[in-house]
Amino acid sequence: MSYVSLTINGIKITVPKGTTVLDAAGQAGVFIPTFCHDPEIARFGACRMCVVEIPGMRNLPASCVTDATEGMEVNTESPAVVEARKTILELILANHPQDCLTCEKNGDCRLQDYAFRYGVKESGFTGERKEYPLDDSNPYIIRDANKCILCGRCVRTCNAIPERSVIDFGYRGFNTKIVTAMDTPLGESECVYCGRCVTVCPVGALTWKPLAGKGRVWEIDRQEVTCTFCDSGCTFEVLSKNGTNIGVIPKAPGHGRPLCLKGRLGLELKFLDHPPDPQLKKDGAFVGVSWGEALGLEDILSKLDKDK
Amino acid sequence: MAELITLTINNLQVSVPKGTKVLDAARQAGIFIPTFCHDPELTRFGACRMCIVEIPGMRNLPASCVTEATEGMVVHTDSPAVIEARQTILELMLANHPMDCLTCGKNGDCSLQDYAYMYGVKTDFFQGEKHNFPLEDDNPFIVRDMNKCILCGKCVRACAEIQGNNIVEFAYRGFDAKVTPAMDMPLSGSECVFCGNCVAVCPVGALQEKVLRTTVRTWEVKKVKTTCPYCGTGCNFELNVKDNKVVGITSCDGDVNGRALCVKGRFGYGFIHHPERLTSPLIKKDGQLVEASWEEAIDLVAQKLSDAKKQFGPDALAVLSSARCTNEENYLMQKLTRAVFGTNNIDHCARL
Amino acid sequence: MTNSIEEIAKADFILAIGTNTTESHPIISLQVKKARRNGSTLVVADPRRTAIAELADVHMQLKSGSDIALLNGMAHVIISEELWDKDFVANRTEDFEALKDTVARYTPEYAAEITGIPAQTIKEVARGYAQAPSATILYTMGITQHICGTHNVFAVANLAMLCGQIGKPSSGVNPLRGQNNVQGACDMGALPNVYTGYQAVTVEDHRVKFAKAWNVSELPAQPGLTVGDMLEGASNGSVKAMYIMGENPVLSDPDANHVVHALQKLDFLVVQDIFLTETAALADVVLPAASFAEKEGTFSNTERRVQRVRKAIDPVGDSKADWQIICNVATAMNYPMRYASPAEIFDEVASVTPSYAGISYARLDKEGIQWPCPNEEHPGTTYLHKDKFVRGLGKFNPVEYIPPAEQPDREYPLLLSTGRRHFHYHTGTMTQRTGALEVHYGTEYLEINPDDACAINISDGDMVRLTSRRGQVEVKVKLTDVVPQGLVFTSFHFPAVAINKLTNPVRDPISKIPELKVCSVKLEKA
Repeated sequence: MSYVSLTINGIKITVPKGTTVLDAAGQAGVFIPTFCHDPEIARFGACRMCVVEIPGMRNLPASCVTDATEGMEVNTESPAVVEARKTILELILANHPQDCLTCEKNGDCRLQDYAFRYGVKESGFTGERKEYPLDDSNPYIIRDANKCILCGRCVRTCNAIPERSVIDFGYRGFNTKIVTAMDTPLGESECVYCGRCVTVCPVGALTWKPLAGKGRVWEIDRQEVTCTFCDSGCTFEVLSKNGTNIGVIPKAPGHGRPLCLKGRLGLELKFLDHPPDPQLKKDGAFVGVSWGEALGLEDILSKLDKDK
Repeated sequence: MAELITLTINNLQVSVPKGTKVLDAARQAGIFIPTFCHDPELTRFGACRMCIVEIPGMRNLPASCVTEATEGMVVHTDSPAVIEARQTILELMLANHPMDCLTCGKNGDCSLQDYAYMYGVKTDFFQGEKHNFPLEDDNPFIVRDMNKCILCGKCVRACAEIQGNNIVEFAYRGFDAKVTPAMDMPLSGSECVFCGNCVAVCPVGALQEKVLRTTVRTWEVKKVKTTCPYCGTGCNFELNVKDNKVVGITSCDGDVNGRALCVKGRFGYGFIHHPERLTSPLIKKDGQLVEASWEEAIDLVAQKLSDAKKQFGPDALAVLSSARCTNEENYLMQKLTRAVFGTNNIDHCARL
Repeated sequence: MTNSIEEIAKADFILAIGTNTTESHPIISLQVKKARRNGSTLVVADPRRTAIAELADVHMQLKSGSDIALLNGMAHVIISEELWDKDFVANRTEDFEALKDTVARYTPEYAAEITGIPAQTIKEVARGYAQAPSATILYTMGITQHICGTHNVFAVANLAMLCGQIGKPSSGVNPLRGQNNVQGACDMGALPNVYTGYQAVTVEDHRVKFAKAWNVSELPAQPGLTVGDMLEGASNGSVKAMYIMGENPVLSDPDANHVVHALQKLDFLVVQDIFLTETAALADVVLPAASFAEKEGTFSNTERRVQRVRKAIDPVGDSKADWQIICNVATAMNYPMRYASPAEIFDEVASVTPSYAGISYARLDKEGIQWPCPNEEHPGTTYLHKDKFVRGLGKFNPVEYIPPAEQPDREYPLLLSTGRRHFHYHTGTMTQRTGALEVHYGTEYLEINPDDACAINISDGDMVRLTSRRGQVEVKVKLTDVVPQGLVFTSFHFPAVAINKLTNPVRDPISKIPELKVCSVKLEKA
């Protein structure tokens, strides 16, 4: 393998040829903020948050899609870079609800992290705002398109499993949003609620419905568990607050692990004192049913009941 | 033993000494009641009304922090009427509160936020005039944002009753009411000594530590309880740590000081990461102190001290130990002096 | 302190003498303020009208160094008006007659003449102190930093014993210690004459015990040198090498020019500190130490409470905790000193120190413990001398007033006193580098009475040259009636105003404390 040497913020580093500037910076211990980048999924170069200054290059290139080259000099926090990032944040915030107060992602939100990091208190821009209704048409995932920053991570992680591929970008310009086929609510789509999209969403656009109102990010303790329902070995987290388990969520998908609803519900049953009722789709809508019905065991259960 | 009375709170029988307030009786029984203006160390104020409860037979919903428990009393702390009233209180507060949790330094450690989440109060339900006070950040210690103040008056009472200084008080009337030093001057123009004990009790983002709250989010810090390195009072506080750096100091319940600290204790931690900290041993060569390895430095010290002892006797050596170092270190220093150097020539600056 | 800090709030009568509590011990002053709010009487004796003097019922603005005259005058009133505690004096003390004889001369009128406090005030304060159900005396360096510092303390103790205002809650003699672990450094035997817990080096049993504990054949029996004597020894060549840990004598000790000269004469100087202090700059070897946030340990506060210091971060750069450095030096000198942790060192302390014997890290993790704490079941001691004094009976040590070593004269017409400011600490090594304190309080000034300033034609904010027989500094003046006519005051926190170039190194013959509170100076426009 051939290597290239470059300088990032004055730090010399040597990386294999073909490494992106973003990854090289990470190896040098230099932090670069990102929204749309995800090491597990295809590079996208959309959010521009990872822009850096490289003398000789036109404009500020996105470091996630720029290859490191021999002798390159990179500045990740130059005044021009910081100004560009601030403007990006201001533009995003110009059309983002200011409701961290009660937002479920408060404390675990990249938009918030970067706004704090770059001291962007409020948007300098005023203008039209999206006013989409909340999509809570299913028992698992709440979609708030008003909070979406269109980074596309949900789309790319959903499409990574070909038979899922439930969502994509729809419409154009200001009206762009993430939609299911025909822009139906998620509950009416082919979505299987594996939650891959929720685990990668960097903001509050996708959140877990069963956890709504159950606790703030900083109040919650997390314990990692591995699902044993199939041989994929997906990892999940059991969440607890004040010593009581309040829910199970998947960790980010990775290394070919698909995540699935069955695994998550099975772990809820295992770890929660009061697991939520299983939901069965009947006539296109979800209804709460008994575990017996959900697992197709009603016949056997009724026989057991008779023998009591 | 004081006379006991028994009351029922949320169907739980509770016995408490006569004179106990309903709020304290509930807390003893492990029942949570939200409060803004109440603080066990300060006089009762009954201002914020967040702690209201329903007591059949009583007119309206009384504030539990100032209502005495009586024999046979029945209390509901979470009845629909109580919850509705609390929601309305929160909605009224939020109608005139900046929606900037996004970057607020108290995000994650704010009672207004906690209760809004708890009672599902989303944003400004009521529309109307909003305060537009300028931010006061002209001193290096405390930032005051009166737009975020909910007028609970804890800072006023902490200044009067903990610090004993009476620097701030309520001023103006009605919508214009705010907490100010005399003549509505900034703190820097008052007799304020910047102990920050008002900051320690503020339940929202109106009073914040200037550096700490603009450096880290509340959920990022690890807190380590320790003892102050300044005067001999021995106050306890918590070092706020992120990424192996001390980013601030907050009050805890100290044995000597409670939550009270002085300006040095609360704001005098910057020296820890000051760029002039010594980070390597230095040895004087040709009149200049130059960096050296630990091995070289320790060997040189050991050799020079041994030589002096051999040549001039143990009493040619003298040691100054330190009133700033720990007991363990002072113990070892006198052990080194007496057992290894062989002299009693050890002292420190107790007299200075 | 013989009492605990929280007991101050419950005292009926507080006599604060030579302590600017609100500035030097802000959190202790909260207890004083609390007592005031609850109706206690506060009397402050101080030449300056300090912030705490402003809070007082009575401010006795005595002349610098006249404390013994005041205290003896009070004792005189208490004896002549039969207000003394006859039971306490009879059962708990000895040599009362000697005190009676000595103070007989100190009529309130005579005391008034020396101190400048009206005789009537002295009488009223004496009556208030003697008759209060509980009365506590607070003092700091205003009492001790005089050539008669030890005698001043005797005079304080005499008064407390005379009135039985000691050995009970909220009543006692309470020196407020100025540094975080000055109590602990003394407790640990960082003194020339004692091992830990004040076990004298002159007692053979102690030497044998420590020699055994430390695995050496014998230990020196002769008490060692105090700071002042060490510097004197360095100057005259009898001390050849010094090891200074976390101290800055160049700024903290009197007659700074002489201190620098003495340290420069050493064959070898090693300084261990967190910054390159004015003292470290003179060293042959400088060892970088870790700050309090970077190590485990304990501090003992002014009320004898041992409390935990906890490590929050790793040592900055290549610095090391002081205890580790000491171990390395000892080991390099062929005395293997190895401890896994400070907890292990503390256990050794407890094993050789009766007053610390019952204290352990396990107990300290729950709360601080006040020594004496002789065993693991003992809860610690909130106030001392409950039923008897350490020596048995309390001995009256009658003392006579002597004036300060330097008096104003025609050449040096003013008196200089030094002390502390609220926003700074000691030689400023830490507080000048916080990014906050020095921003708020960035320049030092000299307090001078407007009448004195007027007489030599200087005005507020003028730069002046302040000179004593030993040295000079330049400093801005602030005209204020906090200081009376004839007295000027500043702090020792600012390297730019190294006031100890001026101060008088003359020392109390018993404690060897320098007279930092009085020296004569002159002032001229710079």
